[in-house]
Amino acid sequence: MAFLQISEPGESPEPHTRRLAVGIDLGTTNSIVATIRNAVPECLPDSQGHTMLPSAVQYAEGGDVIVGEEALKHRGDDALNTITSVKRFMGRSVADLRGDTEARYNFTTPNGDGKGSLKIVTRHGAMSPIEVSADILKTLKARAEESLGGELYGAVITVPAYFDDAQRQATKDAAKLAGLNVLRLLNEPTAAAVAYGLDQHAEGTFLIYDLGGGTFDVSILRLSRGVFEVLATMGDTNLGGDDFDAALAKHAFDTWALTRALSPAGQANLLAASRAAKEALTNADVATIRVDWGCGFDSKVDVTREKFVELTQPFVDRTMSAVKRTLRDAKLKADEINGVVLVGGATRTPSVRAALEAHFGKPPLATMNPDEVVALGAAIQADQLAGNKSGEGESHLLLDVIPLSLGLETMGGLVEKIIPRNSTIPVAKAQEFTTFKDGQTAMALHVVQGERELVSDCRSLARFELRGIPPMVAGSARIRVTFQVDADGLLSVSATETTSNVRAEVTVKPSYGLGDGEIASMLQSAFASANTDMQARALAEARVDASALVTALSNALVVDRALLTDTEHAALNSQIAHLKSLAEGSDHRAIVRASEALNQASTEFAGRRMDRAVREALTGRDIEKIV
Amino acid sequence: MSVTLTQAAANHVQKYIAKRGKGIGIRLGVKTTGCSGLAYKLEYADDSLPEDMVFESYGTKVMIDPKSFAVLDGTELDFQREGLNEGFKFNNPREKARCGCGESFTV
Repeated sequence: MAFLQISEPGESPEPHTRRLAVGIDLGTTNSIVATIRNAVPECLPDSQGHTMLPSAVQYAEGGDVIVGEEALKHRGDDALNTITSVKRFMGRSVADLRGDTEARYNFTTPNGDGKGSLKIVTRHGAMSPIEVSADILKTLKARAEESLGGELYGAVITVPAYFDDAQRQATKDAAKLAGLNVLRLLNEPTAAAVAYGLDQHAEGTFLIYDLGGGTFDVSILRLSRGVFEVLATMGDTNLGGDDFDAALAKHAFDTWALTRALSPAGQANLLAASRAAKEALTNADVATIRVDWGCGFDSKVDVTREKFVELTQPFVDRTMSAVKRTLRDAKLKADEINGVVLVGGATRTPSVRAALEAHFGKPPLATMNPDEVVALGAAIQADQLAGNKSGEGESHLLLDVIPLSLGLETMGGLVEKIIPRNSTIPVAKAQEFTTFKDGQTAMALHVVQGERELVSDCRSLARFELRGIPPMVAGSARIRVTFQVDADGLLSVSATETTSNVRAEVTVKPSYGLGDGEIASMLQSAFASANTDMQARALAEARVDASALVTALSNALVVDRALLTDTEHAALNSQIAHLKSLAEGSDHRAIVRASEALNQASTEFAGRRMDRAVREALTGRDIEKIV
Repeated sequence: MSVTLTQAAANHVQKYIAKRGKGIGIRLGVKTTGCSGLAYKLEYADDSLPEDMVFESYGTKVMIDPKSFAVLDGTELDFQREGLNEGFKFNNPREKARCGCGESFTV
């Protein structure tokens, strides 16, 4: 039965109306699912009491997909089939990875030609980052449904504020593939602000500094009367605590003067040891990186906090220059920031806190667990979007901004920006273009994203054509192009020739996401395997039933041979043989049909056996003793 | 004649009041609704009303309005776990039948 939760005064839900909604922080290193339980946001732990699920997926031998801590253990011994930090690859092409030393998997592309979305080769086949992320999300969904005792209505999933369209679409696709209804994608810093804003009823201007495992974001938010407005956001999708680990690992590697490159397993062991040392240095002044290479051979090196600060200073400096640029974007000075909110496990690093305190003249806020704060905020938002919060649903309208300008290619490979960076969403903007040749009847539109002036320096999002423009003198056609960005940050573009009303449009399905067809075929293959599973089950059941029938009937044929004529006996025996041979095949329907036929054919025999048993039981007995 | 909390229920109420940051106890009640006629109410209490009946179990206060008390008298509120799922449960001796989901009942 369903358990009851405590509600806020006067907000007890009507029976059967509460919708189960969760917030999911789909992180580079760890993922978390949170919900509102007993009117309080909290993260849902697994059966061991851990709220953080390592974002690691192992495609194990035997077809099992292992997610989380168990998968992480195989990062060393099964490195190529154990995917970590998959978020770095979301919405990416192989070309995007050039120079990424972290890319330690075998990559491929759908047609093996290096074009299109990236896939990771595993023993389960080529997996897209979307599929790997879906496996993580499926684990969290199962945990949430078990914890809440019902099916989820929907989820809010967080993404870095700096994620571009392709990466957002990829995240949505992953959720869809995991069977989650996405209520909304929410920027991570905005989620953190939701968590802090509601808990502390803070008003003012805040800077959210989010240094996670693999991504860095800085955002400036203004909170007033329960409304969050993102003033500016900036980030780096390739900077995080993983880089601290890598810097420590490189330091150890150089200190030991190892001559050979490490195997994937050795590399993973070294990274894990470096990570442990980094975490120890949060509180200790010295920590040891120690790696057991096996065969009785090991290496170790002591790292002082000073050395760690020195090694990681370049990364901390990069975050601080992003902080300064974001302040400039928002036209604010450091002393106009009322508080700095820490998000992400790497913000436990003392040198990060020291750098922020030095710049802002006050220590950053860290009253909430920096690992959980994003998921908690997402849970609060999910609860509101699911309609569980009666009355005040509208008061937390979130205003987000788009991270990069969106524009169109114009003559000469230049970019005409239609929606400038940091516009609040949802937003729609239109601009008029015209033809440049006499009698031009078609126009190619190329949608790009980025801040640079040249198309070649920006990211291409989509191309489409407007055809059927009536032939006119160059410059007299009026083509109105509308860019629209919805609340999830996803873009659709339409073009209309206003004199003739010829129209074309495109919803930006970035080339690195999955097409609807691909999603459908993936879902279908899931259905197909569900069907195979059911068939296998039906076959096993039919075989068990057939074998029970054959055994019982064969025994009876021996015991009560005398009750059958030779013809009857032979007929039954041949049907038994037929059923036995069918049971070795795989047609469960044929087995069921033959079992039923044999049952029917032996009904007469069973009747005679029954009569005889009754006769034997009654023969020579006193009627009164029987009754 | 009273309404009680089990030790586990009292502990969890205290834990959640601390997380929520305010509240003097919980308020139990009954409203007429649902597929089986009545539904339980379980809410945080920020104050008590003059007509409230107030009970205390393991240091946790329970407020009930007199009308609901007629239906809830003798009830014990428990906190249970089944696997990862957990929550509160009313053990009400007056309850005759409840709907399959346990969210509403009749007396």
